[in-house]
Amino acid sequence: MLCRTGVAALALLALAGCSAQDTASTTEPSATSASSAPAVTGAVTVFAAASLTESFTQLGKDFEAANPGVKVTFNFAGSSALAQQINSGAPADVFASAAPTNMKQVSDAGGITGDATTFVKNKLEIAVPKGNPAKVAGLADFGKADLKIALCAEQVPCGAAAKKVFETAGITAAPDTLEQDVKAVLTKVKLGEVDAALVYKTDVKAAGADVEGIEFPESDKAVNDYPIAPLAKAPNAAAAKAFVDFVLSGKGTAVLTAAGFAAP
Amino acid sequence: MTRRPGTRGRLPVVLVLPALVGLAFLLVPLAGLLVRAPWATLADQLFSPAVGQALSLSLLCASLATVICLVLGVPLAWLLARADLPGRGLLRALVTVPLVLPPVVGGVALLLVLGRRGLVGSHLYSWFGISLPFTTAGVVVAEAFVAMPFLVISVEGALRAADPRFEEAAATLGASRWLAFRRVTLPTILPGVVAGTVLCWARALGEFGATITFAGNFPGKTTTMPLAVYLALETDPDAAIVLSIVLLLVSAVVLASLRDRWVGGAA
Amino acid sequence: MTLHADLQVARGSFALDVALSVAPGEVVALLGPNGAGKTTALRALAGLLPLDGGSVRVDDAVWDEPPKVFLRPERRPVGVVFQDYLLFAHLSAAENVAFGLRARGMDRRPAHAAAVEWLDRVGLAEYARARPRSLSGGQAQRVALARALATAPSLLLLDEPLAALDASTRMLVRTELGRHLGEYTGRTLLVTHDPLDAMVLADRLVIVEGGRVVQEGAPTEVARQPRTEYVAQLVGLNLYRGRGSGTSVALDEGGELVVAAPASGVVYVAFPPSAVSLHSARPEGSPRNTWPVTVVGVEQHAHTVRVRLEGSPGVLADVTTGVVAELRLVPGARLWAAVKATETHTYAG
Repeated sequence: MLCRTGVAALALLALAGCSAQDTASTTEPSATSASSAPAVTGAVTVFAAASLTESFTQLGKDFEAANPGVKVTFNFAGSSALAQQINSGAPADVFASAAPTNMKQVSDAGGITGDATTFVKNKLEIAVPKGNPAKVAGLADFGKADLKIALCAEQVPCGAAAKKVFETAGITAAPDTLEQDVKAVLTKVKLGEVDAALVYKTDVKAAGADVEGIEFPESDKAVNDYPIAPLAKAPNAAAAKAFVDFVLSGKGTAVLTAAGFAAP
Repeated sequence: MTRRPGTRGRLPVVLVLPALVGLAFLLVPLAGLLVRAPWATLADQLFSPAVGQALSLSLLCASLATVICLVLGVPLAWLLARADLPGRGLLRALVTVPLVLPPVVGGVALLLVLGRRGLVGSHLYSWFGISLPFTTAGVVVAEAFVAMPFLVISVEGALRAADPRFEEAAATLGASRWLAFRRVTLPTILPGVVAGTVLCWARALGEFGATITFAGNFPGKTTTMPLAVYLALETDPDAAIVLSIVLLLVSAVVLASLRDRWVGGAA
Repeated sequence: MTLHADLQVARGSFALDVALSVAPGEVVALLGPNGAGKTTALRALAGLLPLDGGSVRVDDAVWDEPPKVFLRPERRPVGVVFQDYLLFAHLSAAENVAFGLRARGMDRRPAHAAAVEWLDRVGLAEYARARPRSLSGGQAQRVALARALATAPSLLLLDEPLAALDASTRMLVRTELGRHLGEYTGRTLLVTHDPLDAMVLADRLVIVEGGRVVQEGAPTEVARQPRTEYVAQLVGLNLYRGRGSGTSVALDEGGELVVAAPASGVVYVAFPPSAVSLHSARPEGSPRNTWPVTVVGVEQHAHTVRVRLEGSPGVLADVTTGVVAELRLVPGARLWAAVKATETHTYAG
């Protein structure tokens, strides 16, 4: 049931986002060509970062609907693992990475023909329990010792991003815990065990009603770019290009922004 | 009367073959760790302050958790084995719940009860200002929660195998039930208690899921070895291997010495 | 100062209803087949099993009287020797004996000294540091006895104290146990299924069957006049007390028996009724005990006929039905009884 309403909500948001996006992304004329070129057929394999699981699954369905005869298969995993698999010769058509460094690993190995395109950005957001009981207002509150603060460990991407934000903002954070992944952080926010945490905006969105997000200006200092590219050794090069174009289209951007991503 | 070789017959293949496969199954992954260990930088990694901190915290917390398990678990085992309780079978099954519960779920359950907004934890917080999550005490609680069933099951088994008539004999000699338990029953079941304690300590030492969920992760406060290993795995697999080897060595030394001293010696 | 017990315990379909009294210095044997309720009675007296009805009292002190009074076992001044002794394996012999004293609050040193003294009394002084596992059956039994007596209990309970021993040790230990019971001034209740133990050790027998007392009295009295077939078979043994001199024993109740092993002082002589042969005239020329007897009763048993005979001494004889017909065994018949010296067993009193 939850899944169904979620999809319905995404569809509504996608419709709403469409008109706004069409005017913004004039640089992408391929949005129309993708839907008007039904020549694409066969299987297309997409390697995508784990944080794209929900939005890309939706995009895959939309793509298949727009291109009868195409079957999209996904491999969701950590971007570094995916890059390693591609460089080891995994038969992939498209790579969508959560960080430019991983895309660079592939392009350095000659894995892509052209340049990769940044298709979304992800920003950090302050996550607080429902109702914001500690009245957290901004990033400065993370320096308060009497607040319970959760951050991601530096070893994982959200922790690295948080570190960068604090450094540029000149704030010494006083975390009580450095969690192993974003899900663990959100569990603690949901249960009210911490007063505030720093996670990606998409994570706040995915966490549902028990978690509230607070935007903060310093988040612009640690924006995470998501690049996408068709791969040089793609078994189905035509479909690969078509899928990338579809993601970059207004329709694709709409689905992604609905999930909390920011347009590039 | 010298026994000729082979009078006992050959070892049955149906037992030996799976036994060897089982042994290999357990040992080969350990060998893998040793083979892939970065021996060149091992010493540097080993004696880094971060490793020392995590290791001493691990040993401290596992030992404290084991003490808690002993203080609470042995009487619980006694209750399950000796007392005339209604629904004892159900109780016995419930005690083993932490064994089957995924540790992360156990951690969440602990948060729901002992967390700042938990059923009990909210009172602890409002009355005494005590908040267990994100503290070393929280690590001990999480480890004790997960490890206690190992002790209870082991001690209860020993109690049920022990003849309760010795307690009766002690009673006729003027010993109260507590004295009889202390002076007669406990020494009798000591091998079982030691075996349970060893298992309990080992489980607590390796605890990861419940600990990181309930107590979080902060170096020097709640980052135990398994947590350090997990996080190191994200960025630096070599460091993770080193940490694992340290944990492996420490536990192997402790367990082997305890087994020889107590468990093996009792047979 | 007498123990009076009216033991009523219900255990499913089994019900124990036994009245007992034991005077100070007296040894009472509770004798009966397996499942008669002997051990249940002992456990009730020790407080290991609460009564459902009746009472246990020693003069004014009430130990158990449902539903109001129940003195827990550790509060009762009892000593128990269990069937398999239940010595604490992790403690030395001396620590076992000292256990009761320590539990009752005595300090370590005096308790240890008292324990060593008790071990000395039972002849095990050099085993003070030994673990129960390294003791023989007879030694373990003596440690158990010392442990039970060390606290100077007012009631000593013995549960089949000789059952776990082999035949040869048994005789020795029985004699010694008898000596210690003789020195003990409290009340002793001995539970056993072995009539010989009961007769040698007890002043009085209480015989239970199916949870009820079927007969009680002095051993010789019970042996001479069994009231149920079980008792008759149980005490199917000729047992005499007397004073030995060489191989001759002068019996307390009159008469004299020649025995196989030389004995001196107070001894018991026992032989089974099957060892007695009956003759119409005095048998000639063999090393036998022969004396004139008069038939007072004839009872048919499963395979034999038991003949009760008066004489000096009185005796029980088991004979075949053929012999009954040949000798015309009817009450009042006068016969000669004969017993080979080699068929007798002699025990020190």
